[in-house]
Amino acid sequence: MSTLLEVKDLKVAYGGIHAVKGIDLEVKQGELVALIGANGAGKTTTLKTLMGMVKPAGGEIVFDGKSTTKLAAHDYVKQGLVMVPEGRGIFSRLTVEENLLMGAYSRNDKADILHDMERVYHLFPRLKERYKQLAGTLSGGEQQMVAIGRAMLSRPKLLLLDEPSMGLAPIIVQKIFEIIKMIAAEGVTMLLVEQNAKLALQTADRGYVMESGKVTFSDKASALLANEKVQQAYLGE
Amino acid sequence: MDIFLQQLINGLVVGSIYALIALGYTMVYGIMQLINFAHGEIVMIGAMVTITCINLLVGAGVQLPGPALLLVGLMMAIPVSMFLGYSIEKIAYQPLRKAPRLAPLITAIGVSIVLQQAAMLIWGRNYRPFPQILPSEVHIIGGAAITDLQIAIIALALLLMGGLFFMIEKTKLGRAMRATSQNPEVAKLMGVNVNTIVSMTFVIGSALGAMAGVMVAANYDQAHAYMGFMIGLKAFTAAVLGGIGNIGGAVLGGILLGVIESLGSGYLGDLTGGVLGSHYKDIFAFVVLIIVLVFRPSGLLGERVAERA
Ligand SMILES: Nc1ncnc2c1ncn2[C@@H]1O[C@H](COP(=O)(O)OP(=O)(O)O)[C@@H](O)[C@H]1O
Ligand SMILES: [Mg+2]
Repeated sequence: MSTLLEVKDLKVAYGGIHAVKGIDLEVKQGELVALIGANGAGKTTTLKTLMGMVKPAGGEIVFDGKSTTKLAAHDYVKQGLVMVPEGRGIFSRLTVEENLLMGAYSRNDKADILHDMERVYHLFPRLKERYKQLAGTLSGGEQQMVAIGRAMLSRPKLLLLDEPSMGLAPIIVQKIFEIIKMIAAEGVTMLLVEQNAKLALQTADRGYVMESGKVTFSDKASALLANEKVQQAYLGE
Repeated sequence: MDIFLQQLINGLVVGSIYALIALGYTMVYGIMQLINFAHGEIVMIGAMVTITCINLLVGAGVQLPGPALLLVGLMMAIPVSMFLGYSIEKIAYQPLRKAPRLAPLITAIGVSIVLQQAAMLIWGRNYRPFPQILPSEVHIIGGAAITDLQIAIIALALLLMGGLFFMIEKTKLGRAMRATSQNPEVAKLMGVNVNTIVSMTFVIGSALGAMAGVMVAANYDQAHAYMGFMIGLKAFTAAVLGGIGNIGGAVLGGILLGVIESLGSGYLGDLTGGVLGSHYKDIFAFVVLIIVLVFRPSGLLGERVAERA
């Protein structure tokens, strides 16, 4: 399998606060990789840096064989880098349909966009029922579906998910993870950030554990699940 | 003559002009939470450039019907105002995108003064009469008079507002503008170039402003380097009245303000026993502004709860 994303010695600081202190990450084509860690570990910062929303203080990001450091923020999506942001980031006063269409903003292939819309509606029949409704009036779970559906319409090569289970009832979390597995089964490569470490590692192929801006463990997901230290710190066992 | 109907017609004419200008304030506010105080000057420059062009054409002996001369003048003035709006944003506001909100506000007032002074250097300090090139046919309906010009102003304003609504609600650009106004960070993730959207907002608002400026000049038969101040303040009031940032609110606020002002001034003399004449009409706009700010700070159609991202 070829390497899709390679991050080397990435450092990110907000003023004097060093949020990411030199991490290495790798995501291969077709993989589902989990990035777990406590609140404030630097997971969101890492994803934002991968999307160009935050500029790194050092290190290297190579995506699909090219360095991303010179891209403008709005050009990342054209490279196939797509993120479902923390807290979903839906456009609450746009309809469900308009939110999805925003995902396709940088595409011009009308017929393919319509086809992808149908695919998303097939994946989320609930959204099809409510396509004319303002997204802000949906439940949290439905909004997360809008955020994921919108990301699908960007045709991601690599999909970054930042805490898709945040603030959702356990039964909805199950549903969201089923969808993540379905998307993975379609061949979409994913980097999944989660507080819900157990569920994330049960879903992922490989995992990284972050602590205070550093990667402390990285291994196969099954190995991390079995690792005593990881169990004690993150899996509540 | 029916004073009520007459003042209502006058109010609708002035109100549709306020609405067009208010749209410029409200669109910019919606995208970047900035009051572009220089917008009134864009309106003024639209009027001045049009008058200059018509005078040049007439002076050069060009034989064209009045409306055609006006159209040529507009075709010159609209791009000038658009370019000006674009440049103001790039030079004066973009470098302050991340500055505290007071900074761009002060800059806006500064830009407004610079443009006023520049206009005075170019066009002088005197009133400029609007060239007498338009047919002044008067129609009488129900005891009130309405001119061809007034009909044309209302019709064109409605057409422009309809076009703007269509653009904002139904096109990809409009969707991106709404998305950007709600959450610029996420819009960027979708591939929206926020700088382009901001520029487009200024350019569209300026084009509407230029046309509104010509309407003002034609309606009052004159233009002036300082006219942008008062008309800008009135339109800003209209935008606040409707709920700043809200497109429908700008239209509603503009028309309401025009009608209130016109009806108010029509009866002001009677109401005050002749102490205050109709030339005090400007107080209505600001009384309305104060009442709105006290009782409904978010405006008629504005959202009362602060929007969370
Ligand atoms: N915009 C910001 N400005 C300053 N500090 C920030 C900002 N965003 C995050 N941080 C800090 O950076 C660290 C990592 O935060 P974050 O990446 O959000 O962690 P996580 O997503 O793992 O919870 C935290 O200490 C946080 O307080
Ligand atoms: Mg986070």
